[in-house]
Amino acid sequence: MGMAAESQFHVLAVDDSLIDRKLIERLLKNSSFQVTTVDSGSKALEFLGLLEDDQSNRNQLSVSPNNNNQVVEVNLIITDYCMPGMTGYDLLKKIKESSSLRDIPVVIMSSENVPSRINRCLDEGAEEFFLKPVRVSDVNKLKPHIMKTKSKDHQKPENEEKQEEEEAAPKTKEVQSPQQQQQQSSNNNKRKTMEEGLSPDRTRPRYNGLTVVSN
Amino acid sequence: MEGVLQLQRQLIDYTTSLYNEGFLDDQFTQLQQLQDESNPDFVVEVVSLFFEDSERLLNELSKALDQQSVDFKKVDAHVHQLKGSSSSIGAQRVQRICIAFRNYCEEKNIEGCLKSLQQVKNEYSLVKNKLESLFKLQQQLSAACGSIPME
Repeated sequence: MGMAAESQFHVLAVDDSLIDRKLIERLLKNSSFQVTTVDSGSKALEFLGLLEDDQSNRNQLSVSPNNNNQVVEVNLIITDYCMPGMTGYDLLKKIKESSSLRDIPVVIMSSENVPSRINRCLDEGAEEFFLKPVRVSDVNKLKPHIMKTKSKDHQKPENEEKQEEEEAAPKTKEVQSPQQQQQQSSNNNKRKTMEEGLSPDRTRPRYNGLTVVSN
Repeated sequence: MEGVLQLQRQLIDYTTSLYNEGFLDDQFTQLQQLQDESNPDFVVEVVSLFFEDSERLLNELSKALDQQSVDFKKVDAHVHQLKGSSSSIGAQRVQRICIAFRNYCEEKNIEGCLKSLQQVKNEYSLVKNKLESLFKLQQQLSAACGSIPME
C-alpha cells in the first residue's frame, strides 16, 4: 500500500454531457482517483470488457481485452442516469447481471430528484445516488464503498482489514471525517430539490443512509 | 501598487454582484475551488464548453419550435440538456428559466415555449457577457500581480 501507483483507485465515469464529464473528472482527480471517462453506457461496457458476445463470461474481477490486452481494474463506476440509448439504470443492471463485474460498486448521478427512480436504482444494487451537480462532499463518500468491496475480496476478518486500511491510508481518514461532511451541508440547492420533488417517502429508512439528504 | 488593489476591489465587487443578482450560484464557487495551480484554466475551460454547448442548444431549440408541427419531446430534451449544463456551472438564472420551459413542454404549450425560449436566450446572453467580463478582470489582475485570488 506504500506505492502511489498501487494505492490509486480507478473510477470509470459515464456521462453523455461533456461538461459533466469534465467536472466529474476534476472532482475525482482532486481526490486522487485515477479516472477514465466515457460518454455512453455501451462504451462503458466495452471498456469493462463486457461485450455482447461470449467474451463476457470471464471470472476475473475486471478484464478489458480492448486495452492492449492489459488487465484494467476498475474500482468504482459512477454513471449519469439520463443518457440516450442505455440509461444509467440499464448500465447498472447489466453490471449487476455480470458475474465478472457485479462486485464493482456503482453510483448513480441525476439532475432530477425522483424518489421512485432513486429507489429503483438502489434496489438494483447501486451504492449511492447523487443529485447533480455533484460536489466534493459526494466524492468523499466514494472511498468507503471501494474499501468495502476490497475487504470482501481479501477474505480477512473485517475489522482487522479495516484497521490496517485506516492506518495505512491517510486518505480514508480524511474521507471519514464527519465535520467535513457537515461543513458541506450548505447544500441548499440539494435540499431544496429534495423538497420540491417531494414524496412522503422521505421518511423511509432507506433515505437515511443516502447522500440525497446531506446532514 | 494602487492599480492592483483597485483591480482586486473591482473583481471582488463584480463577483459579489453576480451572486447577488442571481446570475451565479454556489456551484460556480465550487468550480473555482476545483481550480488550482496544476489546472489553472479549469473554470475558463468549463465555461467555454458551456458557451459552445448552449449556443448549439439554443439554435436547435429555435429550429425545433419553428416547425409546423412541434415535437415537444425533442424540445424538452434540448431544454433538459441546457438545464443540466447551466446547473453544472452555476448559471442560476438560465437554469431557472429552463425549469419553467420544461413545464411548458410538458403542457405542449407553444406560446409558453416561445416565451421561455426568448427569456433563456436573454439570460444566456447576459450571463455570457458577465462571465466574459469576469474573466477579463481576472486576467487583468493576474497580469498586474502574477496571481489570481481565488476566494
